[in-house]
Amino acid sequence: MQAILALEDGKVFRGKGYGAKGECRGEVVFNTSITGYQEIFTDPSYAGQIVVLTNPEIGNYGTNPEDNEATRPYIEGLIVREFSKVSSNWRSQQVAEEYLEGFQIPVLAEIDTRALVRHLRDNGVMRGVISTLETNAEKLIAKARSFPKMDGTDLAKVVTTKHTYVWETGERSHLPDEVVGVKETPERFHVVAYDFGIKQNILKKLRGEGCKVTVVPAETTAEDVLALKSNGVFLSNGPGDPEPCTYAVDNIRRLMGRQPIFGICLGHQLTGIALGGKTYKLKFGHHGGNHPVKQLHTGKVEITAHNHNFAVDPDSLPQSEVELTHIDLNDNTLEGLRHRNLPLFTVQYHPEASPGPHDSHYLFKDFVKMMEEWKG
Amino acid sequence: MPKRTDISKILILGSGPIIIGQSAEFDYSGTQACKALKAEGFEVVLANSNPATIMTDPESADRTYIEPLTREYLEEIIRIEREMAPGAGFALLPTVGGQTALNLAIELSDGGVLEKYDVKLIGANVDAIKKAEDRLYFKDAMQKTGLDVPRSALVNNLKDGLEFAGKIGFPVIIRPSFTLGGSGGGIAYNREELLEVLARGLDFSPVHEALIEESVLGWKEYELEVMRDLKDNVIIICSIENFDPMGVHTGDSITVAPAQTLSDREYQAMRDAAIAVIREIGVETGGSNIQFGVHPSSGRMVVIEMNPRVSRSSALASKATGFPIAKIAAKLAVGYSLDEITNDITRKTPACFEPTLDYVVVKIPKWQFEKFPGADEGLGPQMKSVGEVMAIGRTFKEALMKGVRALDTGKRIGGQKIEPKILTQRLVTPHPERLAYLQYALRQGHTVKQLAKMTSIDPWFLYQMKEINDMQMELEKHPMDSIPTEVLRDVKRMGFSDGRLAHAWRLNGKGAQEKVRHTRKKHGVLPVYKRVDTCAAEFESYTPYLYSTYEEEDEATPTQKKKVIILGSGPNRIGQGIEFDYCCCHASFALREDGYEMIMVNCNPETVSTDYDTSDRLYFEPLTLEDVFAICEHEASGGAPVGVIVQFGGQTPLNLSLPLKAAGINVIGTSPESIDLAEDRKRFGKLLEELDIPQAPGAMAASIEEAVAGANRVGYPVLVRPSYVLGGRAMVIAYDEETVVRYMKEAVEYSQDRPVLIDHFLENAIEIDVDALSDGEDVVIGGIMQHIEEAGIHSGDSSCVLPAVDIPEALLNRMREYTFKLARALKVVGLMNVQFAIPRGNGNSKGNGSESGKVYVLEVNPRASRTVPYVSKATGVPLAKIAARLMTGRKLREFLPEYIDRQADLATGNFFYVKSPVFPWNKFPGVDTVLGPEMKSTGEVMGVADNFGEAFAKAQTAAGQKLPTKGTVFISVRDHDKPQVADVARKFVEMGFKLVATAGTADVLEDAGMTVERVYKVKEGRPNVVDLIKGERIALIINTPHGVDPFFDEKAIRRAAVAGRVPTITALAAARAAAEGIAALQRGEVNVYALQKLHAETALQH
Repeated sequence: MQAILALEDGKVFRGKGYGAKGECRGEVVFNTSITGYQEIFTDPSYAGQIVVLTNPEIGNYGTNPEDNEATRPYIEGLIVREFSKVSSNWRSQQVAEEYLEGFQIPVLAEIDTRALVRHLRDNGVMRGVISTLETNAEKLIAKARSFPKMDGTDLAKVVTTKHTYVWETGERSHLPDEVVGVKETPERFHVVAYDFGIKQNILKKLRGEGCKVTVVPAETTAEDVLALKSNGVFLSNGPGDPEPCTYAVDNIRRLMGRQPIFGICLGHQLTGIALGGKTYKLKFGHHGGNHPVKQLHTGKVEITAHNHNFAVDPDSLPQSEVELTHIDLNDNTLEGLRHRNLPLFTVQYHPEASPGPHDSHYLFKDFVKMMEEWKG
Repeated sequence: MPKRTDISKILILGSGPIIIGQSAEFDYSGTQACKALKAEGFEVVLANSNPATIMTDPESADRTYIEPLTREYLEEIIRIEREMAPGAGFALLPTVGGQTALNLAIELSDGGVLEKYDVKLIGANVDAIKKAEDRLYFKDAMQKTGLDVPRSALVNNLKDGLEFAGKIGFPVIIRPSFTLGGSGGGIAYNREELLEVLARGLDFSPVHEALIEESVLGWKEYELEVMRDLKDNVIIICSIENFDPMGVHTGDSITVAPAQTLSDREYQAMRDAAIAVIREIGVETGGSNIQFGVHPSSGRMVVIEMNPRVSRSSALASKATGFPIAKIAAKLAVGYSLDEITNDITRKTPACFEPTLDYVVVKIPKWQFEKFPGADEGLGPQMKSVGEVMAIGRTFKEALMKGVRALDTGKRIGGQKIEPKILTQRLVTPHPERLAYLQYALRQGHTVKQLAKMTSIDPWFLYQMKEINDMQMELEKHPMDSIPTEVLRDVKRMGFSDGRLAHAWRLNGKGAQEKVRHTRKKHGVLPVYKRVDTCAAEFESYTPYLYSTYEEEDEATPTQKKKVIILGSGPNRIGQGIEFDYCCCHASFALREDGYEMIMVNCNPETVSTDYDTSDRLYFEPLTLEDVFAICEHEASGGAPVGVIVQFGGQTPLNLSLPLKAAGINVIGTSPESIDLAEDRKRFGKLLEELDIPQAPGAMAASIEEAVAGANRVGYPVLVRPSYVLGGRAMVIAYDEETVVRYMKEAVEYSQDRPVLIDHFLENAIEIDVDALSDGEDVVIGGIMQHIEEAGIHSGDSSCVLPAVDIPEALLNRMREYTFKLARALKVVGLMNVQFAIPRGNGNSKGNGSESGKVYVLEVNPRASRTVPYVSKATGVPLAKIAARLMTGRKLREFLPEYIDRQADLATGNFFYVKSPVFPWNKFPGVDTVLGPEMKSTGEVMGVADNFGEAFAKAQTAAGQKLPTKGTVFISVRDHDKPQVADVARKFVEMGFKLVATAGTADVLEDAGMTVERVYKVKEGRPNVVDLIKGERIALIINTPHGVDPFFDEKAIRRAAVAGRVPTITALAAARAAAEGIAALQRGEVNVYALQKLHAETALQH
């Protein structure tokens, strides 16, 4: 099955189609993680995006229900160099191609993904269309130019839960705790988690730290959250541009100082805006599992998982209130902040990993400590 | 954390000679460490006994000691260095010199030497080394951190071993403590085997201890390369998955980077474990390698072992990712933290990150069992391979196929039908050709499932092989003329070589590959070059470290600079080792200085030549005509002039010289025609005749009859060998017709094109190697090296001395004259090596044209030889650098005018430099250790002193053959050595040794008035000589081969000697040298010399 990727700047890649027949559109971004394709497929932060994986061998270890970050894949389409027709791993239950096909996600394979990545690196992320139906490249380029850009789009509202619910640990796995990431811990705290596109592993980590987690829709008001009488509020990751999510910014402003707050990714960006800062779009974003992030107060470096196209401009934040806590050593992007007086800290990257290194798990403990102090 | 200021001087320990399990990778790591620390302003002192390394170049360190790596010599080096700078901060870095350096560091520390001279250990502390190396400590440490390990027990006797094995069940693994590359280890499936393997293992262990371990055979095997700094930042450089499951030593496994069949959860669990391991063991700074086993159906992960140092795997990981582990490790050792070091490749991001790959790397080991007839070819926990290739492709399939063709085995399996039983055996038992049998089995219709069951190889890998097989079938459906472009493209993208295509299309002969190439061009199916950049293109890279693939975009646009391409030597082999990599690097350094853009092509990850900063561009590619030609064509497309150098990389690139030239490539230096002429027996013989240079009578044969007739004509004994060889593959000395016939029947393949060569063998002759430089007109001799052993033992296996010690000036002059004549006649531009033989003067000339006192030419090689680095170290003149410059048209007169005018050899001052070989016998139990015309040594060492005896003794010590200063010498010599044996024996008696001899030799010695204890030959009765050796009564064995003596059984003696580590001398000339050496040892002097000082003295005298 032939397949084409057409980019809005007119560049075209022709390869082979796997998975579902059809067409998809989205902002084309690349991710440099070596492992964890299934977690990437199912990360709601990828809503609206077509993902190019730089690891050329994808699908080797199949898919399994335990590694899903959501109940379905959120990527619009997938681009890989080589897509394995078989899977080999003791936990695999389904070949990756079948899994994506089941959700109608098109896959473009066997193209020069490195050339595509270099193109995106040099020219920035851009809109693209993958089609296994249309062979006329011009028509596809026109399509890529016709749909709205990611900038200014509120996707959190789209992917968030429709209803409030209390999260329950999924099925137990035979794997040790550190592999699955959930520990059977007594509930000591109650956390309200804003779902802007939340990943399962965040919930698992919170639960593992002894938190009962109530997940609420993105647009839940601060008052409704406070009414739940929780010990802390968590602001999740999520897709899209933070700027249009003004409702969330308002709610965060109203929660600040009234509840301990911990935010990740989009939650961090929204907090940045709530604190008076500005966000901007990175040229090609940070997507991968090898980013060095320095903790500014200790000087230690953690290797971290990233998935963000937007970032908070550190110069736009009020220094009297906000302390910068983490920066990315590759390009000095702001990766974490803390309020000087209020119980609030956020990080731009993904301490829950999944996929990615576990170096930053300590942040969940920090959150618990903050709640403990607040409680006391 | 900034650089430490409490240290100003650092002693780096090298790894010594190349041996199985410790190869050129430590030249790579040592060189990187020297460079990095020198650049940081430290005074760098280096100790390494191996002259064939870049690290021992005088420029690499401030003072270089090419001295034996033993406690005594190191203590002397430390003493002198301490004396030179009494108050200075002095440190020892032991983590870049392999197991040898680590063991020495422990010895120096335990012996109080470090304390005595106030030397700090950096890179790893003694506790950490002991914790990681001692299996029991390691196991305890792992259990303390909650990590799973295979169940095991440490034993020091057979009984305890049997008891524990009974408890955990067979099979069990036996791992002796503190040995290299798993020496002496093994697997036992039953009690009987356990007794045998355990006994050997205990014997090999310096502490007489071995671990008996639960078998994890068939489990998936992984390795992680980890780095840590003083701030406790820990990063993983690379994950490696073994294609061969647990049970095969990782050095003997095909390995793949990155790991292919681990999900993120499993990989991160392994990463967490690796970080926990490095912290628990306490390796404060630098790199470590940690191995894991994973049960294929339960996922149970166990920690197998850890190397608290830079290792072979870290060399592979460095080349696989572009992350220079050794260099960074050196910087971490002096206090820097990872975030303070910049990634050279991206120039703006820090080294504190984890490389990500957008390609797949496959490493395939290179074995040479053909060199060791009778050796067990089964692969197990003890490493047996001598080298390796690495290949980079965009997919596993492409990388695997590139690796297979880079291996340069010349073998094809599956030409004929294989019996099912044999096939099963060949699949189930790991051995060097298993990959080829897997291909065969797939072609025969075996399923992935069946093969996975038989081999325990992960089905994903087998499925990739099946896809290759399917593609092969598809290819065979399409004749060359009508193959659709898409199919051709898919075939090439999968890594099929043009040779394979030619085979599928039944194209034969010289033009076959060319036809395939033209077909590809017609279809527009051409390779592009992509970069290895540590970051999967996320950032721009500034280092053109390249590999070929069949994709759209090329990232290696040629520059406008004039350029020279150097072809490397490929995988390390016996006879083609690190010496050639040394020459290639030197050529690159020199011509880079001269303003050329230097381009290196090689596929050996263990080398300095494949460091991304050795040349301006690095193509990590197989050294086949297809790949090399494509690179030449690509580089030439920029329009700037391109020259190609083939003469530094040994036989592999040399074999390409004629085809490259025929394809229009500009091969610089000595012309391919001259190279060919020197290898063409008939034409070369004619040339010698014209030049009036004698050679031993010879003949050629393409049939048994011709061989027998030829041997009779030239006169026995004869040296029989195939044409075109390096390292003397498949050579034999025949004393009778029967041996010649057997050789022709069994040993070699030959044809009219490639006949067998038969030369009269000059017995009891001195052999001499001469290395010379020439620009086609002027010639300068680099060195005249006198072999210690007689002619007939491969020059790579002989010890030799520079300058020659007892050759009359007239004969030296004759060799000079012949060398000059030959260099001019062959129009040598660059290096040339000539081997001469001079029959000794005591009347055993056979009347076959060989006369004593006459100089015969044995062989001429118009290329860099194995001895070039040794001669360069001894003379202080970088031969390879000058040779490279001559090839670009510069004249010898620019560099060595006074030597040309005086017609003098390069000087060695008042010193003697002895080179001695090192053999891998302990890896191949049961193999006969006798030396002959086929090369068997894996590496070499150099000993230097102001007298020959001491230099020889030092070289022997460095080679691990420590000469005794007292005790009993066993002497047994063949008949024609008997006239001279008394003189030699008397020297030993005078030095206080007792003598033991078998009847014949004893008679001679008693006649000469010496007291000799008589001993039975092996089959005469008991106690015999072997009993004496086993009873540790013999300190030194002098045994010149008797040939066929049914009672003597020399093999048993040699085996017992290897097992008992009794130094053995197999030539009378060597025994004389040993006597001088022992005399020097008895004087008890331990003298060490810095190379820089020796060179300065030599220059001054000159």
